[in-house]
Amino acid sequence: MSGAAWPEVPAFPLAAKPALADAQLRRNLGRATSTIRGKRADVVAEMPDWEQLREAGRALKERTLRHLDEHLLALEAAVTARGGHVHWARDGAEANAIVTRLVQAKGVSDVVKVKSMATVEIELNEALEAAGIEALETDLAELIVQLGRDRPSHILVPAIHRNRAEIRDLFRRTIGPADLTDEPTVLAEAARRFLRERFLSARVGISGANFAVAETGAIAVLESEGNGRMCTTLPETLITVCGIEKLVPTWQDLEVFLQLLPRSSTAERMNPYTTLWAGARDGDGPREFHLVLLDNGRTGSLGDELARQTLACIRCSACLNVCPVYERTGGHAYGSVYPGPIGAILSPQLAGMRAAGSLPFASSLCGACYEVCPVKIDIPTVLVHLRDRSNRERAAESLRGKLDPERLALQAVARGFATRGRYERLQKLGRRGQWPLARKGKIERLPGELGGWTAARDLMPIPPQTFREWWIEREAAGDAAAGGAAAGDAAAGGGAAGDAAAGGASPEAAR
Amino acid sequence: MSGVTDPAKEAILARIRGALKDVPEAETAADVAVARDYRVSGSLAGDALAELFAERCADYRADVRLVAADELPAAIAAALERRGARRLAIPADLPAEWRVDGVEWVEDAIPGDGAASAGAQAGAGARAGAGAQAGAAQLSHAQISATDGVLTGCAVAIAETGVIVLDGGPAQGRRSLTLLPDYHLCVVARERIVELVPEAVAALHAAAVEGRPMTWIAGPSATSDIEFNRVEGVHGPRTLDVLVVG
Repeated sequence: MSGAAWPEVPAFPLAAKPALADAQLRRNLGRATSTIRGKRADVVAEMPDWEQLREAGRALKERTLRHLDEHLLALEAAVTARGGHVHWARDGAEANAIVTRLVQAKGVSDVVKVKSMATVEIELNEALEAAGIEALETDLAELIVQLGRDRPSHILVPAIHRNRAEIRDLFRRTIGPADLTDEPTVLAEAARRFLRERFLSARVGISGANFAVAETGAIAVLESEGNGRMCTTLPETLITVCGIEKLVPTWQDLEVFLQLLPRSSTAERMNPYTTLWAGARDGDGPREFHLVLLDNGRTGSLGDELARQTLACIRCSACLNVCPVYERTGGHAYGSVYPGPIGAILSPQLAGMRAAGSLPFASSLCGACYEVCPVKIDIPTVLVHLRDRSNRERAAESLRGKLDPERLALQAVARGFATRGRYERLQKLGRRGQWPLARKGKIERLPGELGGWTAARDLMPIPPQTFREWWIEREAAGDAAAGGAAAGDAAAGGGAAGDAAAGGASPEAAR
Repeated sequence: MSGVTDPAKEAILARIRGALKDVPEAETAADVAVARDYRVSGSLAGDALAELFAERCADYRADVRLVAADELPAAIAAALERRGARRLAIPADLPAEWRVDGVEWVEDAIPGDGAASAGAQAGAGARAGAGAQAGAAQLSHAQISATDGVLTGCAVAIAETGVIVLDGGPAQGRRSLTLLPDYHLCVVARERIVELVPEAVAALHAAAVEGRPMTWIAGPSATSDIEFNRVEGVHGPRTLDVLVVG
């Protein structure tokens, strides 16, 4: 997505088209997501208290967010007391400037980085590059993306869209010997050799944070490869960029999240390595530690009572792996750092509706994301809420937004459904007017803007007699025989009862 | 670094307070209910607990063996022999009885004062002589890298998840010591094993308050970045052997 003006057609559907046509991409994604879905289901099933943990995770994040100012000040005090330095950044540009200044003060021209969504979000690597500093990504998937001058397409596995053969070809061209095979073990070994010297010589490391404990000042980084340990332990100086929503109030709270995150994320009982540190420790790890607390739109989300729960996200990516939309389009179609269901609610709030207003529509609202979310973010409800916000903001901002055909059509539908009389009159009108469209008992193509609806499905025409008409007739006749005959008619008309029930019953109940 | 006059800090705090207008003035963080009705203490003990830990840790493709206390030195010697490890990095406070003959032991100084670890008493047993400790200097990263492996104890082990936790306490050393060598041999005393994650987090609270860095280890380093297939051995030790002792 360009992120330029209001999209006339939501940008996601356009961006999704090439992805859907890419058979290789769909195979890569299908294989990867179905593997991880099965593994996650297994490790979650062995936990008898999984639902209690989810609820505790949700509640702990609610506690964190409702008193965020207090927890941030406690974290700052704890980190400072343990010899660390805390910086506050209102937006990405401010955070990038802080980090750049800190790196320049060390007089180095390269840094090693452990994968961090927050730094992708603020485009830190690009900012450092502009200042003449090379930021080397050390996570295998992130390295694959960086070497291929590609974009991440998954929160956990940024190179999920690449299969082993593609990675082999990339490594042959860039870091590895020309006789590299496509065995994952061989590819991992190539990355190990390439990065080893860089780890040992790096003087500045940059990381994100999975959790920041307000009580003790501990920062947690969960990872698999050991690159996180390298980056947070070996350099003399460590800079951590941490979104302000990453806090947990107390050390004890980690007992919940250290169970929820690995099982939801990599589908393991525990990820291979978890590093926790507070400030700077004499003789163990970096001598200098800087924590950059990043807002960058998070306080905007905090101000929306319903959408606030989005900030509870612990970036596990379970919702991506179960999403029928993500599985087919991949991450790039979302045009946002955070793809999938969580991206569809997080990106519009961080980047604004102008940049990502089409994303809340990139969902079938099936609810699979909510079911797997380890902190019970009600993604479908937030999606609907943000669709409404997106439409309202569009309408408020321009005439084109106000005159959007979908908006006008739905307003008309709302008026039509508002009273029983109007609804029945519209039905009669529609029955008379639909004859040019109905063929063999179905409508295969609607005209104009409405054609989008029938592009992928048929529509049942309004039947000769609706259920409501049949019912009224039956009541009037007052005997079962008439009912039987009419019911046959209605059934032949196709789905009449359903139509009438959906349209007729609820407005009356609501009034 | 920034004091109360930091405009960015003031602005962010003001934004937060503005965004949380719906939160009643009198509400405190503790008022937001959190039910901790998940499992907080396990039901296993003795052999069953040690066996669950061994099984779960081995699931990560670590080599885990249960040994009696008096068999430990022989088990250490056998493990090093099996891996062909001749030069071993060790924290300077590693118990003397673990330092079996025929191996070159490369000591790394203990950072700070090497105070007690979370699990309190050194289950690993008595420390090596004070003389050995005083003599050791901190190794360079290159020196640690050049060893064949590292031998340590641990602070806590978690049975349900097969995890070993190092907190820099006795016989554990600093973080880079167990990171750079390609092989890690870890001695887990039975009394260090808890069943559940909440029990481990509770046992580590004192160390956390003290600001000690920690490493939680679940098997050798690994990646699932290529088609979600797990591959052992990327940047951390590619081989992890565990001796459960006692």
